[in-house]
Amino acid sequence: MATEIITADEVVVHGAEAAGPGMPQLDVSSFPNQIFWLLVTLGVIYFVLSRFALPRIGAVLAERAGTITNDIAAAEELRHRAREAETAYDKALADARTEANRIVAETKAQIQADLDVEMEKADAQIAAKTAESQKAIDEIRDNAARNVSEVARDVAREIVSAFGADADAKKVDAAVDAKLGERA
Amino acid sequence: MATETVAVVDGHVEEAGGLVFHPFDQFEIKPLFGEIGDPVSWYTISNATFWMALAALCVVLLLVIGTRGRAVIPTRVQSAAELVYGFVYKMVEDVTGKEGLKYFPWIMTLFLFILFSNYLGLLPLAFTPTSHIAVTAVLALGVFISVTVIGFMKNGMAFLGLFWMKEAPLFLRPVIAIIEVISYFVRPVSHSIRLAGNLVAGHAMIKVFAGFAAIAAISPLSVVAITAIYGLEVLVAGIQAYVFTILTCIYLKDALHPSH
Repeated sequence: MATEIITADEVVVHGAEAAGPGMPQLDVSSFPNQIFWLLVTLGVIYFVLSRFALPRIGAVLAERAGTITNDIAAAEELRHRAREAETAYDKALADARTEANRIVAETKAQIQADLDVEMEKADAQIAAKTAESQKAIDEIRDNAARNVSEVARDVAREIVSAFGADADAKKVDAAVDAKLGERA
Repeated sequence: MATETVAVVDGHVEEAGGLVFHPFDQFEIKPLFGEIGDPVSWYTISNATFWMALAALCVVLLLVIGTRGRAVIPTRVQSAAELVYGFVYKMVEDVTGKEGLKYFPWIMTLFLFILFSNYLGLLPLAFTPTSHIAVTAVLALGVFISVTVIGFMKNGMAFLGLFWMKEAPLFLRPVIAIIEVISYFVRPVSHSIRLAGNLVAGHAMIKVFAGFAAIAAISPLSVVAITAIYGLEVLVAGIQAYVFTILTCIYLKDALHPSH
């Protein structure tokens, strides 16, 4: 293959570059130069890499991995704390609700007790008033009844005297009382 | 493929007459200073020296200057440097295991040198050091010899078990051993020629198509073809650097764990 290319090159070039073979890769006289400078270049690159570049990049990558791990741990910690705070908040809320319910119940009981006392007092007052009124009514009724018998005695006496009979006042009264007693 | 190219080239030479093709001039080793045609001795600063130095400079710029911030949140350049580092590191670790990480700086050196040589070679008027068999052969032989030495140092004579397939039937084992030995010694050849060959072919193709651009009727097609091949070459430059490196890792793995 190489020979064909050389031939072609020479044919095409028409002797423009007469010196040397067609394919510079096969020019052995240039080998020492290339090999020497190649070894120098590789040595320089190896020196730079092993001395400066690779340890530095390795350190940076390790540091970054460390930072990321730390950050993830810190985030995990923060999340844990947030969850704790949330639990505490929920607990406080529940406590407050319980407390509120307790206060409501207590107040309700207090009010109920006060109410009962007041009710009792009022009932007693009402009862007292009722009794008083009853007594007044009874008095009035007694008075009325007494008036009625008096009136009846008077009327009966008058009637008896009107008939011309000398009525014994005491007998008339007794008779009236007896009749009234029957009625009553 | 080369033969086809030659045929076409010849045809056009006959037709147009004025067409000139220098697809291989770009590979010539010339002294960087002084007259063309001056002798190139081993210490002469040549165009190869210049482009290799440029590759080394790029390595320094990317991996040393680019990472000088040592930032936990990287800049763009530092990010690229870390990407390359992680890519090669993971490759070495995946293929050879933890034991191979000792050789990571060497493999990184190979990868970066080849990568930057390939990509710098794609610049117009550039010279590509990795298109020379002298360079790739030194790289491949270096890998071959180091891997063999490491294999014997780590495993002693047990390293020869690499060629002795215990799974195969007994009467086949000597035959397989011969094949394995041959394939082992062919490794540096294929390793080096694959890299240089790919780059030479692509660069020469671009030059040939560029030669056709002298004919007005063909020039649009020529420009399109150059663009397409250039795109392909951008891929090839990266892929060949990767292939060379991963093959190095595979050979190293054979040396560290010779049992199949």
